[in-house]
Amino acid sequence: MVHPVIKLIAQRIALGLLLLWAVSILIFVGTMVLPGDVAQSILGQAATPETLANLRTELGLDEPPLTRYLDWAGGVLQGDLGKALTNGEDIAEAMGKRLGNTLFLAFWAAVVSVPLAIFLGLMAVRYRNRWPDKLISGFTLATISVPEFLLGYIAVYFLAVKWRLLPSLASIYDGMTLGEQLYAISMPVLVLVLTVLGHMMRMTRAAILNVMQSPYIETAELKGLRPINIIAKHAFPNAIAPVINVVMLNLAYLVVGVVVVEVVFVYPGMGQYLVDHVSKRDVPVVQACGLVFAAIYIGLNIVADVVSILANPRLRHPK
Amino acid sequence: MTRIPLAAMIGLFFTGAYFLSAIFAGVIAPYGMAEVVGDSWEPWSATHWLGTDTIGRDLLSRMIWGGQTTIFVAAAATALSFITGSVLGFTAAVLGGWIDQMLSRTVDMFMSIPSLISALLILSVLPSSLITLVVVIGLLDCTRVFRLSRAVAVDITVMDYVEAARLRGEGTAWIIFREILPNALSPLVAEMGLRFIFAVLFISTLSFLGLGIQPPMADWGGIVKENKEGIVYGIPAALVPAVAIATLAISVNLVADWILNRTSSLKGGRG
Repeated sequence: MVHPVIKLIAQRIALGLLLLWAVSILIFVGTMVLPGDVAQSILGQAATPETLANLRTELGLDEPPLTRYLDWAGGVLQGDLGKALTNGEDIAEAMGKRLGNTLFLAFWAAVVSVPLAIFLGLMAVRYRNRWPDKLISGFTLATISVPEFLLGYIAVYFLAVKWRLLPSLASIYDGMTLGEQLYAISMPVLVLVLTVLGHMMRMTRAAILNVMQSPYIETAELKGLRPINIIAKHAFPNAIAPVINVVMLNLAYLVVGVVVVEVVFVYPGMGQYLVDHVSKRDVPVVQACGLVFAAIYIGLNIVADVVSILANPRLRHPK
Repeated sequence: MTRIPLAAMIGLFFTGAYFLSAIFAGVIAPYGMAEVVGDSWEPWSATHWLGTDTIGRDLLSRMIWGGQTTIFVAAAATALSFITGSVLGFTAAVLGGWIDQMLSRTVDMFMSIPSLISALLILSVLPSSLITLVVVIGLLDCTRVFRLSRAVAVDITVMDYVEAARLRGEGTAWIIFREILPNALSPLVAEMGLRFIFAVLFISTLSFLGLGIQPPMADWGGIVKENKEGIVYGIPAALVPAVAIATLAISVNLVADWILNRTSSLKGGRG
């Protein structure tokens, strides 16, 4: 007999793949059925009926939608994302380096923000309704209320221009040492940390507070454990599944948050690439980027589900 | 009527002030929206309270006009997302069966793509106009309203009074609007505040990326985009919208918190 955990995980991964497939159709159909005409938008004012017809044939717009979808999806499965309309560049090639840069940025933001958010969440529970809790809550409410691009400019204004501590542009290139690269991306990392920290910390706090109402916490209190020990040894392990879920959701959010932050700091990543090509109405590039972002997002959600299945002892030891 | 706590009063005051200045932008703005009245990036002075922007327009007037656009687009998008989201959510909860399955799975699918990415995908094909923006933001956001209203309505549909209404032969529309809607209103109103703020942040982000409101129309995200070069020279013009967005967001949140607390304490202090 197959272990129920393996079965659950297999189901979850299969569901994720199904979802990704559905999303690929949605992305493709969504950009096709909408009333705008790609050929028209590329040519703009200069469009004549002949040039329009030529461009449509060149782009394959006159073929039936199903054929086009199958061509596109088949290509994607073989790692061929098509060619950009604007400069004929191979998308997969142009994207590879940028995807690496984006993941590098998101990785360092995660390394800083996850432990910090969990620590602050624990502190807020330890001193709940007292000043450290209120201070942390107030600060995170402020960071949630400002969009990330504005956090970016506030950081640039003070840290780079007024106090001249950090670089205002995050340009990285080959041949830089890791230290130099980390210095270059310090500002975008700071902004990304601020944007996800608030949500992560608040939900960690809520998850632990939820557990704090259980009878075994009362027992631990009555037998005289120190509050920080109760939280660390009794409450936190039982809140681990929701906390991991929150962390994963925020990591998924990081991958989206980078889109805007990259534009602010002129960082050569996926977000910059996507936004540039949306304004140029370069649909193949936008589709490819959308698919990659959706895949990362869905992937992280699957990881979150799998980890919380694994973290649940009731599922690990079936009766 | 219970006493309004201080935090909620502050929230109500600022929210009201922003909405009033949006409605009466034409009356209170000292200069026209696209009127060039001075040199670029003049400092704060008695004639130009917030200085001037990159091409010499009065920044305070730009902020007031921009607030009008931002708040109206966000309010229209919120209204759209609430009407579609809650009607669909209630319908799914009342009818159940395959309609519920179909709607819920579709919403799951839309929620599996981050909304900024979906919006960028759509805006790469559609021309960016006010109507498009309202529809895109409203429909992308209605998935969350759908989830909430369906969850709330599922709890209500099993109540005795809904059963009674069904037995006396009321139609689905009556059950949705006369039985479920009044009882589901308070969590929805609190959620509306959060959705409105989300819409403000969303429209500002799109405009900042150059894909939202198009110049010469003003909006808060666009003002950041126009003035961002000034930051490097130590000119804080681009940071003014940050203050506006943050205070609006915090005050709406304070009001929403208060509504949620007030209504949940009516249920015997739970929550």
